[in-house]
Amino acid sequence: MELSTQKDLQPQLVPEEDKVVSPWLEAWRSFRKNKLALIGTLIVLFFIVIAVFAPVIAPQGINEQMLSKRLQAPSGEHWFGTDDFGRDIFSRVIYGTRISLWVGFLAVMGSIIVGCFLGIVAGYYGKWVDTIISRLFDIMLAFPSILLAIAIVAVLGPSLKNALIAIAVINIPNFGRLIRSRVLSVKQEEYIMAAKAVGMKDSRILFRHVLPNSMAPIIVQGTLAIATAIIEAAALGFLGLGATAPNPEWGKMLSDARPLLMQAPWTMFFPGIAIMLTVLGFNLMGDGLRDALDPRMKN
Amino acid sequence: MAEILLEVNQLKKYFPINGGIFGKRVGEVKAVDDISFFVNKGETLGIVGESGCGKSTTGRMLMRLIEPTEGKVLFEGKELTNLSDGDMRKMRKEMQMVFQDPFASLNPRHTVEKILEEPLIVHGIGDKVERKKRVKEMLEVVGLSSYHAKRYPHQFSGGQRQRIGIARALMTKPKLIIADEPVSALDVSIQSQVLNLLEDLQEEFQLTYIFIAHDLGVVKHISDRVGVMYLGRLVEITEAEKLYENPLHPYTKALLGAVPVPDPTLKKERELLTGDIPSPSNPPSGCAFHTRCRECMDICKTERPQLEEIEPGHFAACHLYKKK
Repeated sequence: MELSTQKDLQPQLVPEEDKVVSPWLEAWRSFRKNKLALIGTLIVLFFIVIAVFAPVIAPQGINEQMLSKRLQAPSGEHWFGTDDFGRDIFSRVIYGTRISLWVGFLAVMGSIIVGCFLGIVAGYYGKWVDTIISRLFDIMLAFPSILLAIAIVAVLGPSLKNALIAIAVINIPNFGRLIRSRVLSVKQEEYIMAAKAVGMKDSRILFRHVLPNSMAPIIVQGTLAIATAIIEAAALGFLGLGATAPNPEWGKMLSDARPLLMQAPWTMFFPGIAIMLTVLGFNLMGDGLRDALDPRMKN
Repeated sequence: MAEILLEVNQLKKYFPINGGIFGKRVGEVKAVDDISFFVNKGETLGIVGESGCGKSTTGRMLMRLIEPTEGKVLFEGKELTNLSDGDMRKMRKEMQMVFQDPFASLNPRHTVEKILEEPLIVHGIGDKVERKKRVKEMLEVVGLSSYHAKRYPHQFSGGQRQRIGIARALMTKPKLIIADEPVSALDVSIQSQVLNLLEDLQEEFQLTYIFIAHDLGVVKHISDRVGVMYLGRLVEITEAEKLYENPLHPYTKALLGAVPVPDPTLKKERELLTGDIPSPSNPPSGCAFHTRCRECMDICKTERPQLEEIEPGHFAACHLYKKK
């Protein structure tokens, strides 16, 4: 057979206008079909918009006290009522969105970066490096995560920043182990062997081939971890180890409202609902992403 | 006399078996056990054998994708086994590999253009415009179209993917291509297309092939010389016609006897093998094949036969021919 005739053998099924379907586009298509995931995404987007435009949306400042209007029930003027200092709860919940989303997002970013680095090193180089890093993860996972977070905050001192650091630290082993296992399996793929055969350096193989093929589960786990991080931040705030007094952090608001539960339930109800909705949103979105991205779930 | 491109001397690969709580070395798998051969410039050397006989390991060791335990690999007279990692990477420009599974050997997140361009980037060949141009040319050479460049691997069929794999191997203009079962994952109808493509490319670019396969028919079609491996050892190596017409080693005879003949009326004298392949972690003493050999003698059980030239250009490792 001649070279020229080889070309003729190719079926010309594809018109000149060639459609390129990237793996990400394909994932989006299957994500779009998932109703629950879309609802979750909408909830998340809703809270992001609220966080960004908080100063525009909130009718009052977070620390504006009107002692004459203490503990008022929800009304046309104060949608979510007022607390024991006469502050507008609606405004505080809205500003609280900023804190919770920031804490969730930054803490997870932090643990992804550190966890990925450790996981890649452990997975790619193996041997004693792997043993040391993996045992370190095991030690961290041996503690109940909230207990570890409390211990870290106890050492660093209670503040929102330290709560964020604590949450980032306790999530490191989750991401580390996830990426390590991905690297271990991707490393065995034939295209990694092919990349070596082509003559690529280890660093190029790691960052151009191994890492992009390990990203999908990280994104999924990251979205779900934001939800957990928000709950953990609220828990630390509730225990008085996170955000400090005037900050409108949701967990802190819950704990401040605790003595008033019988007297003014709205002081507790609305921050609680806000936590629940954001966490629900991130979880639904994360589940949808997992179905769309995780190849094990496919077929 | 043809020029030798690649020479392999006493190549060995023992994989350790670790056991116990401290991961102590409790044994080893002799995947490749002391093999030597050479490849002439411009020829195709076929390597056949059952699965697990070490043919893929051999191919990978030649490129040092798997580090040899012992032995030498000389490429154009240059010793490869003691090169530094950096120098070895540069050498890979001269020798490339085509892999068995076209579905696994292409990165699913890269476009074809990226896959083909990468060898050039890695070896610093050409600028951006030249590289893109070369990608398009190469796609045409392997029988695809230049508009395929923007697509992802999952949009192609198996045969097309293998063409991409071949194109990738050709990008750096190598002298030697190690093809590790390049057609065994493809449909029979596609196999011949890819084989023909390989033959055409060999002529066009003066390539040398090491063609690893377990399909004797495929190997016969494409090879100039053929080596037969059994349990990590090379038992026979000679020109393709000689091997198929006059096999010397009993294992080769049995292997050829197992090839189905497309003629139902033809009654053939067949030497069928009995028993299983022994474990390479505990190979038989002496000749590795003696447990299944019909013509086994006492010496076969104790002394390992060396590869010797029985007839001009026809090497076999068997005690049967030693006495004569």
